[in-house]
Amino acid sequence: MQRPDMSVAVAGIKMRNPVMTASGTFGYGAEFADYLDLECIGAMISKGLSLKPKAGNPTPRIVETPGGMLNAIGLQNVGIDAFIEQKLPYLKNVNTPVIVNLYGNTLEEYGEVAARLDGLSGVAGIEVNISCPNVKQGGIVFGTDPGAAQEVVRLVKKNTTKPMIVKLSPNVTDVVLMAKACADAGADALSLINTLTGMAIDLERRRPVLANVTGGLSGPAIKPVALRMVWQVAKAVKLPLIGIGGIMNGRDALEFMLAGATAVQVGTASFLDPSAAQRIAREMEQYLVDHKIESVSSLIGALEL
Amino acid sequence: MQFKSMVVSNVELSPNYFRMRMTAPQELLASAPGQFLMLKVTDAIDPLLRRPFGLFDVGTFTAEYAGCGTQAYCEILYKVVGKGTKLLSALHHGDVVDLLAPLGRGFDLGPAGEEKVLVGGGVGLAPLYYLAKALVARGEKVRLFAGGRNRDDILCITEFERLGVETYVATDDGTLGESGFVTQVLERHLNKGMRIFACGPTPMLGAVAKMAALHEVPCQVSMEAYMACGVGACLGCVMKGANHTEDTPDYRCVCKDGPVFDSFELQWS
Ligand SMILES: Cc1cc2nc3c(=O)[nH]c(=O)nc-3n(C[C@H](O)[C@H](O)[C@H](O)COP(=O)(O)OP(=O)(O)OC[C@H]3O[C@@H](n4cnc5c(N)ncnc54)[C@H](O)[C@@H]3O)c2cc1C
Ligand SMILES: Cc1cc2nc3c(=O)[nH]c(=O)nc-3n(C[C@H](O)[C@H](O)[C@H](O)COP(=O)(O)O)c2cc1C
Ligand code: FES
Repeated sequence: MQRPDMSVAVAGIKMRNPVMTASGTFGYGAEFADYLDLECIGAMISKGLSLKPKAGNPTPRIVETPGGMLNAIGLQNVGIDAFIEQKLPYLKNVNTPVIVNLYGNTLEEYGEVAARLDGLSGVAGIEVNISCPNVKQGGIVFGTDPGAAQEVVRLVKKNTTKPMIVKLSPNVTDVVLMAKACADAGADALSLINTLTGMAIDLERRRPVLANVTGGLSGPAIKPVALRMVWQVAKAVKLPLIGIGGIMNGRDALEFMLAGATAVQVGTASFLDPSAAQRIAREMEQYLVDHKIESVSSLIGALEL
Repeated sequence: MQFKSMVVSNVELSPNYFRMRMTAPQELLASAPGQFLMLKVTDAIDPLLRRPFGLFDVGTFTAEYAGCGTQAYCEILYKVVGKGTKLLSALHHGDVVDLLAPLGRGFDLGPAGEEKVLVGGGVGLAPLYYLAKALVARGEKVRLFAGGRNRDDILCITEFERLGVETYVATDDGTLGESGFVTQVLERHLNKGMRIFACGPTPMLGAVAKMAALHEVPCQVSMEAYMACGVGACLGCVMKGANHTEDTPDYRCVCKDGPVFDSFELQWS
């Protein structure tokens, strides 16, 4: 048999395989160049960028939990202009689509960041984060209220000609409602999920471990929740979906595709194994070879009930 | 680099302190003292994250098994404090672990000729041994000030002495060396023309940094932080830089900008 066809496309962004690196877990890309071949992954997503540089939260910012970790980084980033000046030139020379993850502290900022990216070569698309649990303004407010989410999505859409992915929060009672709202407002694709709000307590000190008190839970512990949400949204919304949450190996990734995802993002796994994204793509391909499946896209939504 | 490594030995030196030797690629011999490694203690998902350890030593040995010439190794010196280090302490010769190394910024050895003063608290002695070896190899005069709660916390002093390092010891309970903080002993010996390298608990490093500033002695400190990635991607390990304020935040990444910093680069509260 020939090598299986691993390529997929999300909202017009063509990728050699379905494995992307999740925002905030892959730095600005160059950090990982020693550990994997950046041209062997499907796409790279930048750290979440805002209009101005952002310092992030006080420390401690991370703590391990069973099967996962909590983070309260607070979206520390270099700001959109420094990204364009300092980070993008390197990324342009890598033959892999770069998707810029962005957020705003206000509605207007979302629009402004999107506008600055428009027309830039080397940016294949944008991912709008309306779901960070670690910042007061921005993020979560827009991610939990369908009306507010629609306002953001409409405004960003007006300011960009690039494919627009909207990243959803799991910290809602009805993720389908949010997904539909974003789809109606003009999203080209949805990625889900961001981290689940959680907490850890230091019993000796009788204090929260994280300076921010709460943080976002990621890693294998959240995979079942993420999988369920992808499956629910896939049934209700026609847009391409990107599955995220606790993907550690090729089998995890393929489960998300069966549930309805067109592509996946690898987050926490890159911390344990900096070559995880490349390894996962290889493991997916091996599954296809073993099962004599010709193309990975034939598995999208192929779950049997 | 990411590589698989075989445990060569894993020995308990004193209660809860272990010294573990692992095979390493030749390239690791070019690492700098003060750099660290990240070790995955289990393939399972609990504990999930890698654990950081300073390089205690690197070198080559002749393996006992047939067909093997000289083999590079690295060593860590660690204290069992929780889940990960407990699992680590159960590893044996022949077990395989996954390593990222060498990571971070190591010590700047400074110009030759000055007296080099090493200050270590407890397991903070770990990176100082590799450093002492490098300094002694350059023919420098090296002194070590080692502190701990009790005699069990004072490790590998004979190894330092074998290098020709003059050692001073202090323990909180006086069970070994002078009784009291090692910083008190250090203070009596400080003078210009020295260079300090320190690693240990943060309060100790703060005290050393203040003392160094007062005596105008250059001082480098090796810091610890809770780490997830070890490569500068997660921004979880940051600490406050010297100019940090609420309004103009200044965070330094311990894994990438450090773990070794000039003491004036950081904010000591
Ligand atoms: C750059 C660097 C170099 C280090 N070098 C050494 C070394 O040479 N030898 C050595 O014994 N230890 C070293 N450490 C500390 C070591 O990484 C931790 O002791 C270890 O990760 C604890 O893992 P655990 O699973 O046993 O503990 P856990 O079960 O995770 O936690 C147990 C206790 O240890 C504390 N702890 C956990 N992680 C850290 C950490 N990163 N720093 C400080 N305290 C922590 C926790 O707060 C908790 O109180 C280093 C840390 C860093 C950042
Ligand atoms: C340290 C850390 C930082 C993150 N930063 C961002 C971010 O800036 N923007 C964003 O949209 N998501 C961010 N995320 C969320 C991840 O992109 C991903 O949605 C989440 O971690 C779940 O995937 P995982 O279980 O594979 O890690 C971050 C996650 C972690 C662990
Ligand atoms: S541990 Fe991830 S940035 Fe330092």
